[in-house]
Amino acid sequence: MKFLGVIIVCLTGGLLLYGTTDFPDWGDPSSPASTHLSDYYIEKTIEDTKVPNIVTSVLADYRGFDTMFETAVIFTAGLACFILLRDFRGKKERFYRHKPTGVVLHVKDGKKTLTVGKEFEHMDKDWVPSDLIIKTVCRILIPFIQIYAMYVVAHGDFSPGGGFQGGVIFGSSLILLAISYDLKTLVNRIKEKVLGIFAALGVLIFVGIAAICMPMGGNFLDYTALAPLVWDPHHVRALGMLGVEIGVGFAVMAVMAIIYINIVSEGRHDEGL
Amino acid sequence: MTDLLPLIVAKYNYWLYVILMMIGLYAMIAKNNLIKKVVGMNIFQTAIILFYVSIGYKKDATLPIIQNAHGGQDAHAAVIHAIDYINPLPHVLMLTAIVVSVATFGVAMALAVRIYQRYQTLEEDELRMRLSEK
Amino acid sequence: MDNYPVLIVVAPLLAALFSGLAVWIEERLSYPIALTGLAISVFSAFNVLLQVITSGPIQYRMAGWAPPMGIEYRIDLLNAMVLLLVSSIGFLNLVASYKSVKQEIYDRAPSFYIVYLLFMTGLLGVTATGDLFNLYVLIEITSLTSYAMVALGDRDRGPLASLNYVFIGVIGASFYLLGVGYLYMQTGSLNMADVAHILQSHQESSIVLTAFILCIIGLWIKMAFFPMHVWLPNAYSYSPVAFARVVAPLMTKVMVYVMIRLMITVFGLDYIFKSPFLADAVVWLASIAIIFGAVMALAQKNLKKMLAYIIVCEIGYMVGGAWMGNQLGMTGAILHILNDALMTFAMFLAVGNIVYKLKDVELFNLTGLFGKMPWTMAGFVLAAFSIIGVPPTCGFFSKWYLILGAFEKGAYHFAAALVISSLICAVLFFRVFEICFFPPISEDSGHKKSHSPVVMAEAPVSMLIVSGLVSLSLIVVGLYSGTIVNTIIIPFLK
Repeated sequence: MKFLGVIIVCLTGGLLLYGTTDFPDWGDPSSPASTHLSDYYIEKTIEDTKVPNIVTSVLADYRGFDTMFETAVIFTAGLACFILLRDFRGKKERFYRHKPTGVVLHVKDGKKTLTVGKEFEHMDKDWVPSDLIIKTVCRILIPFIQIYAMYVVAHGDFSPGGGFQGGVIFGSSLILLAISYDLKTLVNRIKEKVLGIFAALGVLIFVGIAAICMPMGGNFLDYTALAPLVWDPHHVRALGMLGVEIGVGFAVMAVMAIIYINIVSEGRHDEGL
Repeated sequence: MTDLLPLIVAKYNYWLYVILMMIGLYAMIAKNNLIKKVVGMNIFQTAIILFYVSIGYKKDATLPIIQNAHGGQDAHAAVIHAIDYINPLPHVLMLTAIVVSVATFGVAMALAVRIYQRYQTLEEDELRMRLSEK
Repeated sequence: MDNYPVLIVVAPLLAALFSGLAVWIEERLSYPIALTGLAISVFSAFNVLLQVITSGPIQYRMAGWAPPMGIEYRIDLLNAMVLLLVSSIGFLNLVASYKSVKQEIYDRAPSFYIVYLLFMTGLLGVTATGDLFNLYVLIEITSLTSYAMVALGDRDRGPLASLNYVFIGVIGASFYLLGVGYLYMQTGSLNMADVAHILQSHQESSIVLTAFILCIIGLWIKMAFFPMHVWLPNAYSYSPVAFARVVAPLMTKVMVYVMIRLMITVFGLDYIFKSPFLADAVVWLASIAIIFGAVMALAQKNLKKMLAYIIVCEIGYMVGGAWMGNQLGMTGAILHILNDALMTFAMFLAVGNIVYKLKDVELFNLTGLFGKMPWTMAGFVLAAFSIIGVPPTCGFFSKWYLILGAFEKGAYHFAAALVISSLICAVLFFRVFEICFFPPISEDSGHKKSHSPVVMAEAPVSMLIVSGLVSLSLIVVGLYSGTIVNTIIIPFLK
């Protein structure tokens, strides 16, 4: 297998290097790639869409159709992790901690449960006392991370950012919560159902905005058709992009959390990293 | 040899991407551990991102956000020169490719977890042995 | 309404999202939503086909941007035919799947329908799009959904087969993406028609040659053309029946479509057949693929695996025909996309019915099936005749065109491979008929060798109706293949 690998690698590498011989030099401003479409986008984006961030305007408007399927890819990935791993069977054994004394109870019969409340709490098998410093720092940080994520989504039209980036930042704040406390805290805070609905809803916002353009008299995704619906028809394309980006943000946030929770807990949603 | 050197210097980004890509491809074909293969897959996909982003680069150009155009009113006053901004299109395409590679990575990881649950190993030769036993 | 082209693709996507929301309220809602979505898709595809036949190719601009700037759908006769084919097979399979999904993946049935719809969205989008990069994104949707589905089938071997499929699939898709990158480097555009236009002045460039090789190899990996076929038999035979029935006829055929699209629309046949050496090599490879697939199919003991190797063999037909470099070969390849999709679908429908009753399809378990499931077996026999290429069925006609093309080019080895593989298929299927025809010999009655009484135990009516419809369509399409060639394929190739 190693020998085969070397042969394939050499062949492919040789082919790719052969292809590079005719490449224009790196950074050459007059290369075909940097003159044909890219000039149009750079010069016309303000005129066409009123959005100064060209990446956003190409992403959500000129090539918005790609981005819609990209969001569908994200949704598919979350769904795939869910159906591959989600395990609805109950756990065989449970651990409880008696809060006042710190005694750990190990219940082997899967049917017997203790009421969790003031006296007892659920506990993981590999439980380690959580570190006060880490917990406190994360508790302070997480809200700011989330606010920053919303800023990145909302300001994507004007500065680097957008739905994907914002969604990932928001998702990572959830993952940070799971790491610094434990997975149960996250799962109790945000139910699986909420995440599932957010994932589908986010993509639906995108596809919905795109599809509404059709009965309004435009082509699919043609935000200008939405002008009668918004308060500022002059900026209708920018607003359409903002709506789409919010949808993307929802979907990405939810899917990040779904993938993380399912993989670390092997689909049982109880314990894990 | 004297011809080759300037060729490499002028296009070293493209040479680097090929090398990186071949590292990933080799890991995907030759490694025994499934997680190492998944990591190789990720390197492979990242190399493509490096390639695309290299296409988009222009010398002496800045990032593709039109300056002084907040709100879009002032922009008509200033003329926009395409040469001042790098090519936005590869960045857009790569945003998609990053998403795809994250999605594939997640699914591959989920599959690895499933395999580990079933066989308690991720070494390919052991897996093959276990499968032929049955 | 002018929005039919995009509705074909977006209706299943919307349905997937709505059922993604609805399952949290009521699980049973997802099936009717899925049916509605695909029904809209079939209806739109039918309208688009009529429109294209009467008034020529349709261009649809996403977001209203003119082509090279935005993404466009450009639907001509070839697209329209494949779109209708893909959407109707998707719809019919969904009708037949209700019972078998309930039986096989009872705990994940609602999620199954969502994944299924996303898969259909991907296939339809790949077929409809006129943009090189959009094609890549949609290929990835189809791949991701098939990875998940393959792992859901066989609980033991599924995940490993699926992970290997992931690795090979990623290499294939990445090669395609790289090829698109090289093309973008040379042309600065991603729209197929625009790229083709610019490429005419760059025929000698090494970038274009590399791009072409990368794209084609990437697609060959995705369609399981001979040396890159290793992932296919495992992946297809371990996936759940309801999914195998749609992935086996459609996935590879759509990839063949993409290859033909790239050859004709983007690179241009003149560019490809400039040096005869390349085309000759590919036709030789196709001949080897045909023989290899047929021989491997003969060696299998499991019906599903046997069919999977027959798919490898059929891919050889289509690739060989497309690379023949003459109109007859290309006609045969395109007609074979339609015919092979239909006959593989009919075959897998019959196999699905058998799996529904018998749980596994090892060949020695199939004894007495003609008595037990006469209607299913009738469909099976028709599909088998079509794969072998018996005249009134459609398989014969595309093979006929392929052989004529091979003779015109002088590629006698390809014609020979075609005939030999047909003979092997005949041997193969008559062996299966033989096993199925004789009732099982009951062990306990010993020396008397009395046959145990055969009880009719047919699959559910919904599955039988679909199976019967598709099997009959094999004959109908066969009888009308002259019309199809004259109204769709010849005008397209002109």
